[in-house]
Amino acid sequence: MAGTKVQSEVPKTRQRPIVRLGVLLISHSLLVSVVCCTAGVLALLLLPVLAKNTYISENALMPGSASSMLSNQEVSEANKLIKDITSLYSKPSTAAIESRRLIAQYMSNLGAEVNYHKFHPQPNEFHPLHFFSSPDAGMIQENFSCASYGVNTVGVIRAPRGDGKEAIVLMTPYNSVNGDLQEALPLGIAYSVFSLLTQVTWLAKDIIWLVADSQYGEYAAVAAWLRDYHTPVFSDLSSLNTELCHDGSYILDLKENSNLERKISYEFRRSGTMAAALVLKVVYRNEVEDTLSIFAEASNGQMPNLDLINIVNYLAVHRQGYHVKVEKVWSLLNSKWLKILGEIFESLGKFVKSLNPDWKFGIPVAEYIEGTATLASSLYYQAIGVPTGPHGAFRDYQVDAITLEISPRVSFNNKDRRNDFLLQGGRLIEGVIRSVNNLLEKFHQSFFLYLLTSPSKFVSVGVYMIAFALLVAPLPVVAASLYAETLNLIPTSEKEKSAADDELGSVLRSWKWLNSAKRVFIVHLWGAMVSLFPYFISQIPNCTPTTNFHVWFLLSVFSLVILKWILGSPFSQLCGLQPQEEWAILKSVTISSFFIGLCLMSVINFATAEIGALLMVPTSLMAHPLKLDVRGGRFLRFSRAICNLVLGVISFPPATFFILKGMFEGYSGINAGDFWNWVESLWAWNSATYLYIGMVHLPCWVLCVHVLLHPC
Amino acid sequence: MAQTLKLNLLLNLLLLLLFQLSYATLVFGSVFVQEEEFSEELLLKPLPDRKVLSHFHFESRAPPSNTHGRHHHLFPKAISQLVTKLRIKEMELSFTQGRWRYEQWGGFDPISSNNAKPPGVELWAVFDVPQSLVDAYWKNLTHTLSGLFCASVNFLESSSAYSAPEWAFRPASGNLRYGALPREAVCTENLTPWLKLLPCRDKSGLSALMDRPSVYRGFYHSQRLHLISTESDSDGVDSGIVLEQTLTVVLQPSGWKKGKSYAGKTNMQSNWSISSIFGRKVGGKCILAKSSNVYLQLDKGLVCELKDLQKENAEYGANNLASEHSFELSVNPDKVYEEMDNLHGKSTSVMYEYSVDKYIDSQPFDLGLTWKIPVVWLNQQAPLHASRFLMGSGNERGAIAISLRSTDLSEGSGSTNAINEGCELQVDIFQVVPWYIKVYFHTLQVYVNQQRRAVADVVKKIHVSPSKDKLSPGVMEMILKLPCGVQSAALTIEFDKGFLHIDEYPPDANQGFDIPSAVVSFPNSDASMHFSQDDSLKKSPLLSKFQERSRVLSYTEVLLVPLTTPDFSMPYNVLTITCTVFALYFGSLLNILRKRAGEEERLLKASKKTGRLSQLLSKLIAKLRRRPQEPLPSSPAPSSFVSHKVIFKILVVACIAVAWQYYF
Repeated sequence: MAGTKVQSEVPKTRQRPIVRLGVLLISHSLLVSVVCCTAGVLALLLLPVLAKNTYISENALMPGSASSMLSNQEVSEANKLIKDITSLYSKPSTAAIESRRLIAQYMSNLGAEVNYHKFHPQPNEFHPLHFFSSPDAGMIQENFSCASYGVNTVGVIRAPRGDGKEAIVLMTPYNSVNGDLQEALPLGIAYSVFSLLTQVTWLAKDIIWLVADSQYGEYAAVAAWLRDYHTPVFSDLSSLNTELCHDGSYILDLKENSNLERKISYEFRRSGTMAAALVLKVVYRNEVEDTLSIFAEASNGQMPNLDLINIVNYLAVHRQGYHVKVEKVWSLLNSKWLKILGEIFESLGKFVKSLNPDWKFGIPVAEYIEGTATLASSLYYQAIGVPTGPHGAFRDYQVDAITLEISPRVSFNNKDRRNDFLLQGGRLIEGVIRSVNNLLEKFHQSFFLYLLTSPSKFVSVGVYMIAFALLVAPLPVVAASLYAETLNLIPTSEKEKSAADDELGSVLRSWKWLNSAKRVFIVHLWGAMVSLFPYFISQIPNCTPTTNFHVWFLLSVFSLVILKWILGSPFSQLCGLQPQEEWAILKSVTISSFFIGLCLMSVINFATAEIGALLMVPTSLMAHPLKLDVRGGRFLRFSRAICNLVLGVISFPPATFFILKGMFEGYSGINAGDFWNWVESLWAWNSATYLYIGMVHLPCWVLCVHVLLHPC
Repeated sequence: MAQTLKLNLLLNLLLLLLFQLSYATLVFGSVFVQEEEFSEELLLKPLPDRKVLSHFHFESRAPPSNTHGRHHHLFPKAISQLVTKLRIKEMELSFTQGRWRYEQWGGFDPISSNNAKPPGVELWAVFDVPQSLVDAYWKNLTHTLSGLFCASVNFLESSSAYSAPEWAFRPASGNLRYGALPREAVCTENLTPWLKLLPCRDKSGLSALMDRPSVYRGFYHSQRLHLISTESDSDGVDSGIVLEQTLTVVLQPSGWKKGKSYAGKTNMQSNWSISSIFGRKVGGKCILAKSSNVYLQLDKGLVCELKDLQKENAEYGANNLASEHSFELSVNPDKVYEEMDNLHGKSTSVMYEYSVDKYIDSQPFDLGLTWKIPVVWLNQQAPLHASRFLMGSGNERGAIAISLRSTDLSEGSGSTNAINEGCELQVDIFQVVPWYIKVYFHTLQVYVNQQRRAVADVVKKIHVSPSKDKLSPGVMEMILKLPCGVQSAALTIEFDKGFLHIDEYPPDANQGFDIPSAVVSFPNSDASMHFSQDDSLKKSPLLSKFQERSRVLSYTEVLLVPLTTPDFSMPYNVLTITCTVFALYFGSLLNILRKRAGEEERLLKASKKTGRLSQLLSKLIAKLRRRPQEPLPSSPAPSSFVSHKVIFKILVVACIAVAWQYYF
């Protein structure tokens, strides 16, 4: 557009500088896109170098400023609880009920208010209309069978002088059915802290200890409890159902010692607004040192406030001597190219340092590789939008939560060692709770949008969005340049035509993008249909994932053909478009719509948009009809065709999935059902990534392939 | 040291003088019906969760000033001035820290109905002025009290902080104003001015027990000041001013934690004595007090439990007391009162009275209670347990739910339903909601026994005054009529969260905003107690207070609503951006105004040979004009159309910059 203006109004007046700049960019779109894309990828690879050390932003937290009060007395009581619970395992038939009773009894003896919370596990199902909707009480009513329900045990300590407006949640998943010592240890740690907290005077917020019955999954139990906490149902049939299917446990409760047992009821106990939640788990993984793994990613790439991770990390490293870890992509640690890249950055850093010692740039190779592996996993888990643990359920209610997974150095059977382990873990939890307890306001001071490159290093949104912005920037430029190009093509071709229909022709010409837009719209409509298909496919009973995947694939192709047949453009020749300009305009519109889609997605889930841009931006920018390239026969064009083919294959979502899976896990055990399972997990968790793949990525890929195969 | 001694002496002298004076008036004015009097009482009560409730009750009475003049011997001058100046009929101010746990500490007795208060400050007052003047008087009152008690009661001055309940808070009250500050912190600075109103301060008598660390270590702390004045009553019955000061604390006897063990004696109650609770003993009465008594109350549930145990264990025929075998008191009581239950004649609560008159400093009074057998009991509960909570999440909307649940666990719902077919339980609810919580009253939903009911079926009377933005809070008063055997009832009402102006946010806005406690009362249930020996009871203001008919009242939890908060560094950012925009705007405006197009063109032509920059630019434009007509170059080198000289210049500047960075 601007290009024509420049041409038509020859030497009249100078254009405004900003217009001139735009014209300059558009006219050099190829250079711009090459530079921007390279810079974008480079900026992404530079992120571990640019990561900053974390710091505790909220002064009120004051982690570690008070000495730990947890003593051996609490630990020995916790040990007793563990012993009592493990002794119950000998009778597996009653272990579930008895252990629940035991835990409730222990809580109640500490002076806490105890209740059981009965819930029915909800199968994760695809609700096409419930995307983005908040957890809803209306979703529950299904027919339940009395056989399958879980019972959470909840203990509440009321802060002695507090007003009960806020609460801190401590959650330990506990599988009462096939429990072992490993299951009982988090209970021990939580109990030791809980018994300490009933005695302390500094408590300002209530403490809720949730022993989640994890026989139907940890997440389901927590989510059910949170749902009942936040959106209770006052008039429902399900509660009548639960009343109806009382088993022996309730009767057992009422029989003996009525006064004490009366306190432990099924009546839901509440406290105030939740300030933070900690999920505690213990696993034994043969580590060389006591390790603490932190999981923080919640649904749709939401993260808890960085301060929560900071205090845990600070206390674990500086007070309790844990080795703190966050998730990594392990296969990246041995990759050669990363090592070479790291060496380049390191030498660059050294060079920069030799120029000015104040400039701190560049990190050691090992650190770079670690950082990249962590960053990659951080990006991946945020991008798929599936919570990495039960803490994800809290984030749905705007509660900051993380999962702490402790894995000790030696086995649990060693008695002395177990005491030390309980003391160490308990002191960590106590410190974190005390810190959060100090908090006057809710977590707001530190970052919510960040990527971790190590437990103590992070990349904030201001830095990592540069990479994305650079990747996305060439899209509008290229779209504009393509459009301008076709506009410029027309006058030369149509000049011979008569001047009579010039007016109509110019109108038609200026609206010719509409045809392409329609085509793009149809493909996006198809994308929406494709993302709805799994809902119907999952209704088919007795299907293996592989067949499901095949059905889905066939249905998609079939529907595309049908759509093209029904809505396909018989009047594409109406405005007399040449095939050459047709593909250019189609590509231009595709790129614009993809740009819009990416920008929208970056608001919802940044990591998805980043990975999507990384995959799809080169493909969409490079797309050029293969026929033209092959016909040309020049080497440059030929290599472009090859590139296009490769990119076209890579950016097809299932292909991407299989390639990545093969790269990280080996190609041996791959089958087509894996992709179905992966997608199923996406939609079951209401991940926005699913929508992105279905409605932005896939249509864009189809259109790019369309451009590639364009008959011109 | 000497100074304090002197002070003490002076005080003693003063006291003596005062005493003489009062004695003189007593003798001299015995013909009058009333005189100023002061009495102090302390009630101790073991609670089921190993804690002890101590309730101080001080009462000062002043005779009407129109017959006795305005000078007072005992009565605090500040209060009498307050009453006369602000024409207060009745007023109550309470400072509370912690929550009263209705489930454990009881919800049916006079103490929990009258002295269990919501956290923070609560103030209500009835004025004897025309309707139009009430607000002005209220404002004056808040400021006066704020000065008097070192508290930010003056925040209740703004019209968005207080409300005028019509009937649900107190029955049939005309010029009543009610306000609460849930976030007010309570500490000694509020207790000291309160003690100053007592004739003996905390120097002698029962108030000397108030050792600050132990009083504030408690689980619940509520100091309250209740004022009734008939000074300006039109009825003619003129009894003067009655000032009732109470301090209710729930304390944990020290030394409990040492002997705790979880497996065995979990039911064993803690042994305590006055000295173990307060760390002090009672060294005699306040010499100005008419009566000074200590009471020990055993709750109805406890007495019942003890009697049961007694029946089980031994064959004691005597039905009066189980004390010797279940617990031991270190001092023998002077009197024992037993509560009369007119209806059933079942076991009721027992009250031991100790007169402090005979104790002196060298021989202090220290009541102790030692348990001999483990005992577990439940305190008497209000008919329904009320709790309130927020529903929903997010910054946009939510709902307030008030859930009422039957405290009667033993009886089945079916049988009671059958018995009490026509019987109805009346529940009054009074709730104030700040204006930024925009409550939609039409969304009120009522559930009874988990069944949704039409609002009109359950709510007999409702009075709603919707909030006005920044002017007045929303008030909801309603009377519910529930069937007697109701197991649970719930009320939900939805709200939108409003936006505040940036100036209206408090300093710690990110904590959220408080909704003050709702008041749930049961007018049909009478919280009062009736004792058998009526003659001596009249002397004791505490016991006569207990005998007064009062309805069962309970407060719900304070709620914390997180609202959207702006980024408070935003004004700075806005300022910066605005300034930039202004600078750009004025710059370009000036540019346009100054430039003349024709002149410019002429200049352009003239400088075609001379101006190097413009030459460069025109070259660039020419390049651009040509370019679109050509096919895209495979690799357009930017250097081709930028002159080498410019590149050289840039390089020189860059080198200089690098060198500068490097060396400095």
